Amino acid sequence: MKARVLVRPKEGILDPQGAAVERALGALGFAGVSHVRIGRLIELEVADPAALAQMCERLLANPLIEDYEVLLDGAS
Amino acid sequence: MKFGVVVFPGSCDDVDAQLACARVADTVALWHADHDLQGVDAVVIPGGFSYGDYLRAGAIARFAPIMTEVIDFAAAGGYVMGICNGFQVCCEAGLLPGALLTNSSLRFVFRQVSLDVVNPETAFTRALPTGASLSIPVKHTTGRYYAPPAELDRLEAAGQVVLRYGAGENPNGALRDIAGVINEQGNVFGLMPHPEHAVDRLRGSADGLGLFASLRDSVSSLVGGGR
Repeated sequence: MKARVLVRPKEGILDPQGAAVERALGALGFAGVSHVRIGRLIELEVADPAALAQMCERLLANPLIEDYEVLLDGAS
Repeated sequence: MKFGVVVFPGSCDDVDAQLACARVADTVALWHADHDLQGVDAVVIPGGFSYGDYLRAGAIARFAPIMTEVIDFAAAGGYVMGICNGFQVCCEAGLLPGALLTNSSLRFVFRQVSLDVVNPETAFTRALPTGASLSIPVKHTTGRYYAPPAELDRLEAAGQVVLRYGAGENPNGALRDIAGVINEQGNVFGLMPHPEHAVDRLRGSADGLGLFASLRDSVSSLVGGGR
């Protein structure tokens, strides 16, 4: 099954990449942009989607600094 | 007495780390793909890179074959020092609290910094003079020490914050200017600055040598005291 894992910096942790992009958007004239946060998208094919949480906890994310969210494609 | 320096694919400070260790003890290289610590009395995980640092710095290296032995060695009370990338590996492996994040400047920093020795009583700082300030280089992009505020309070209260950047010298935005921490048991130490690059005055400073000498003294007292 296809799955996507979204990994984000935890709330409250300074994200300098997000801050730099936010400033760049402002410099381009896009007004009203705030709270830009940059994370990571991991796409994978997985036989046993039940294992995804373990994969996230052990490797795909560092739970101390990142939140993760698992999205299963084609799950109806 | 024998020290071992881990060599990962991508390590680049392993040779300097071996030369620094060799000033205080016999020294061997420990290949990442081996499951053999060769009977060493202390392990140094050096700086540079490891397994491309894909995903997060140290995230893959943490599962290298040699790390199984390093983690067991640490659990049995063996001394482990992680320098820069080695610090990142130790945090990812759960040997040390906290994590290292991208520098708040988003830039690679490479400069000499002064460090305050906050806890001179540890196995890694015991040979340093009281109130010492060390001049040691940093060179990294991912060195911003982070732990949740309550954890930082706990670390400070327990004396686990060992090194801080001197006033106004924090190169990476590390919380509370933290440059080096030790685990609760006192046998695993990680730091972002590179003491192995500061062991000879010809290269600007020999202040890093005290950390290796401390480790030697700590191993001697273990061996002497019959562990």
